[in-house]
Amino acid sequence: MAESAQSPLAQFEIKELMPISVGETSIAFTNSAAFMALSVLLITLFLVLGMRKSSLVPGRWQSMAEISYEFVANLLVETVGNEGRKYFPFVFSLFMFILFGNMLGMIPYSFTFTSHIIVTFTMAIVVFLGVTILGFVRHGWHFFSFFVPPGVSVVLWPLMIPIEIISYLSRPVSLGVRLFANLTAGHTMLKVFAGFVVSMGVIGGILPLAFVVALTGLELLIAFLQAYVFTILTCFYINDAIHLH
Amino acid sequence: MEAAAAKLIGAGLAAIGVIGAGVGIGNIFAAFISSVARNPAAAPHVTAMTWIGFALVEAIALYALVVALLLLFVF
Repeated sequence: MAESAQSPLAQFEIKELMPISVGETSIAFTNSAAFMALSVLLITLFLVLGMRKSSLVPGRWQSMAEISYEFVANLLVETVGNEGRKYFPFVFSLFMFILFGNMLGMIPYSFTFTSHIIVTFTMAIVVFLGVTILGFVRHGWHFFSFFVPPGVSVVLWPLMIPIEIISYLSRPVSLGVRLFANLTAGHTMLKVFAGFVVSMGVIGGILPLAFVVALTGLELLIAFLQAYVFTILTCFYINDAIHLH
Repeated sequence: MEAAAAKLIGAGLAAIGVIGAGVGIGNIFAAFISSVARNPAAAPHVTAMTWIGFALVEAIALYALVVALLLLFVF
């Protein structure tokens, strides 16, 4: 079998599965969209079928569904307090979508839709705009007092307020880039070392293979951790908007 | 200097930034280990924060990686 030297970045290529065009623009159904749809379908099946019996003493599947619900609910109540409960549907959807997206990407030959900056940045911008609008709706113009750090004398305000504003505006960027870079770097490393396994033959390929196994374990941890971090930072930002400081 | 050479040198320099993340992650887990060693009962409280801290510090390493990739593939 001829070895085609494929770049390790070829796995992130968007492929159109069903070309659809509206005039000049293409709104094709891509592999990214397919995996997003699959992620939503799997989440729905997981929760609906898990709660089908809804007995008081849960079986295994119901237990898993309840654990995922409680995990995010506790996260929200711990960071925001009881007022945070009304944001649970959004935060839960965010957590499950990113988690299932990351995990689906661990399947060989699949596509990780969270490894594209446009996807993660869109999610981060939605969170950022939502939280900012929430802050303005709750506090009106008083929301701008958020940029004055507590316990700072008036003399330092011209220095501190621009710094606070810049760090606030960098939130969606850091949120999006964190998820994108983690997933892209992880999958690229896996591909690179997998290439070494093939090119170093049967004997020489054992060491890279062991490394790929260890890296896959790390990537599974990172997949869960990044979904968790995105969600908990969203909860922190909601808390900032509701209780300024 | 031609642009291609400058890109490669720039990417190599940008990758030096991951040193900070290495120091940071070492700090986080050193604090975690010594706090659990002093007070094992505190482990459940500290573990969650440790992982959040790890993810935030690793993000800095990845910002450096993103700058390197930006130099190599976008410019």
